Amino acid sequence: MDAVFSGLASGFQVALDPFNLFLVLAGCFAGTLIGALPGIGPINGVAILLPIAYSLGFKPESAIILLAGIYYGAEYGGRISSILLNVPGDAGAVMTTLDGNPMARNGEAGKALSLSAVASFIGGTFAVVLMSFFGPALASYAIHFSPSDYVALMVFAFASLASLVGSNPVKTLLAALIGLMLASVGIDANTGVARFPFGIPDILAGIDFLVVVIGLFGMAELIHLVEQQAAGTLRTLKIDKSFVTMKDLAFTKWTILRGSVIGFFIGILPGTGASVASAVAYGAEKRAARDSSKFGNGDMRGLAAPEAANNASAGGAMVPMLTLGIPGSGTTAILLGALLLFNITPGPLMFSQRPEIAWGLIASMYIGNVALLIINLPLVGLFARMLTIPQQFLTPLIAVLAFIGVYSVVSNPHDLYMITLLGVFGWFLRKLQFSLAPVILGFVLGGLFEDNLRRALSISGGDWSILVTSFNSVILYALALLVVVVPILVGRMRRGRSEGESPQAPS
Amino acid sequence: MKLLNLASAFLLTSFVAVPAFAQDVDRPECIAPAQPGGGFDLTCRIAQQGLEKQFNGPMAVTFMPGGIGAVAINLFNTTRTDDPNAIVAFSSGSLLNMATGKYGEWGANDVRFLATAGTDYGAVIVKADSPYQTLGDLMAALEKDPASVVMGAGGSVGSQDWMKAAILLKSKDVDPKKMRYVAFDGGGEAIAGLLGGSIQVYFGDVGEMVSHVGTGEMRILAALSPERLPDPFADVPTAQELGYDAEWPIVRGYYMGKNVSSEAYSQWVEAFKAAYGTDEWATLVKDKGLLPLNLSGEEMDADMKKRVERMAGIAKEAGLIE
Repeated sequence: MDAVFSGLASGFQVALDPFNLFLVLAGCFAGTLIGALPGIGPINGVAILLPIAYSLGFKPESAIILLAGIYYGAEYGGRISSILLNVPGDAGAVMTTLDGNPMARNGEAGKALSLSAVASFIGGTFAVVLMSFFGPALASYAIHFSPSDYVALMVFAFASLASLVGSNPVKTLLAALIGLMLASVGIDANTGVARFPFGIPDILAGIDFLVVVIGLFGMAELIHLVEQQAAGTLRTLKIDKSFVTMKDLAFTKWTILRGSVIGFFIGILPGTGASVASAVAYGAEKRAARDSSKFGNGDMRGLAAPEAANNASAGGAMVPMLTLGIPGSGTTAILLGALLLFNITPGPLMFSQRPEIAWGLIASMYIGNVALLIINLPLVGLFARMLTIPQQFLTPLIAVLAFIGVYSVVSNPHDLYMITLLGVFGWFLRKLQFSLAPVILGFVLGGLFEDNLRRALSISGGDWSILVTSFNSVILYALALLVVVVPILVGRMRRGRSEGESPQAPS
Repeated sequence: MKLLNLASAFLLTSFVAVPAFAQDVDRPECIAPAQPGGGFDLTCRIAQQGLEKQFNGPMAVTFMPGGIGAVAINLFNTTRTDDPNAIVAFSSGSLLNMATGKYGEWGANDVRFLATAGTDYGAVIVKADSPYQTLGDLMAALEKDPASVVMGAGGSVGSQDWMKAAILLKSKDVDPKKMRYVAFDGGGEAIAGLLGGSIQVYFGDVGEMVSHVGTGEMRILAALSPERLPDPFADVPTAQELGYDAEWPIVRGYYMGKNVSSEAYSQWVEAFKAAYGTDEWATLVKDKGLLPLNLSGEEMDADMKKRVERMAGIAKEAGLIE
């Protein structure tokens, strides 16, 4: 413990150096904007700015602090366009649209933005605190999470997302299947065979997650807006001055905490990131809620859970990178590359060889979280005003931004056709009253599920019993069963009780 | 950011739209056929920094992901076949894709190989407490029963990571199809799998081990290089010297379109030759985790084509292609 405190103390000395402090703030601010732009998320933001940070000749700790600021700034910023425009700012912010946008439509944009800022802050801070005290222990737990455990985790994720099924189970399942089908495109890792490339070289390596998100969500939403405008049914939103209250926070405090825990633990696992974390947190929250009827129509819990989770997972993903030199997500892989660029070896040795970088980075994350909260809360009013821009100006602007965003990071014109095509497809699905979230979840979870199932089976040589032999996986299957069965039992008990209540007076 | 993106988008379209009439290299550009941050990015950064003094303007690095390099080779065989300004980064993985026909109709004869950036070598890696003390221990177990050891790497079956394992087994006439190979999504996940005990042997690269050497968590049983490597790997034996005919160099370099004029091609070759001689180039290559390999021009083109042919042979033996 003493080592942690002295480390943190020295770290704060590095991070509070005026120049580094400025970089934290600049990184957080730039990250918020990058995250808010549809199409550009943390991974692209960091990748684009890495060469710039390098060529400016910063000291390594300064450059890493700047890049990390952009990373978690972008995780904060992703929520803004999700809430205001129903267009996810980045891949991890998909679940935020489900309840965040309805809140904005109900005239509570300010409240949604401020509540999610607080939830993000708590999630992010929770992750940093756990990381500074239990980092190495957590990392060694994370790497012992085997492919068969991931399979169990995915089963748990699917089980908790069963709550998304809603009014039309057939359409939800179909939507999830469409997601699975999209995920199966590309070279199959276990045989090297190209699956469904249709002779198009651009999709030989699979369809990029970003393209699916921007296409199905962003473009489809824009087409929907244009349609409403043409039909004259578009509702202009009033400026609202709503803000999060202590009562709201008291109402969502357990939600935020649960979201943070789920997000953090999913974040430290290599290979699963913000999108899985926020999806599981949302599903679990809806499952756990006594009255889940408001979910999807602007329930504060449905907004707070995924936001706490995706920021906690961003912190969690730093754990294996810093302590073991193993990147837990695409963005941390780039940060790892950045460290190597400066001839710094991430891993256990970094804490002894270059403590100023390891602890400086951790301390900067504490500062960054506070800074983001301070930056974000006063800006809520400004962001909320975005809704008052007339739609005929806003729609083309978002479309242009999304196109530039996708093109600037991937530089492949083919992806522009893809997002257009997927947008039209998504719009048709919406017309047919499909919900789009299951498509995305099928895409993310399905891909991970397949990869890990087949990895597990290659490890065992085809023996399926490997799936249930580890302690982790048994626990996860039990939890999966719990989230499916408990709500049903509770519902039945409650019904039973209310029926039996009237004749029996308490004695 | 908005402006920057806008500007780069315009810049890009102008590159694509303007047909390359000029024969001189006036706007050097390196194309990394992947997302930023990976090995191709690194390869382009070497050219960008290493050739800084050879050209008047700065070299642009553009990213062209899609189909593990297929999109880039497609473009350079359809529209930009004679672009004198652009070089495209490639690696042994790209050569293997050419050899196994993953790039569709385009093969090694559809590009003009230009120069190398450097090289890396495959490595056989186990956890520190592994029962396999030497490559011999491991190979003995594999020869007895190829399915008794769980091995893995960051690439799919048939990828160059898989090939490292395949050629090692082939050297003792063990059928690679019988091995238990686990395909992870990138080296990071595979290393996590090794340290977590999901796999027993990891086929990685020597270069990526630089950051793990000294932690005492992993041991390199052998390097798949022709001779011993410099420090910090001087103590690592080669598979060759242990009696296994298995070599897997991971070469990194650049190619151009096949119809590029010989003036432009030789201007590039001269630029690389001039850079090769400098200390800056040597440090640059070392800093990026590569070992020196300085080949350029026709000699290099022929060498790469020979490598592709060899890979096609191995792939055929391993049953990857008919």
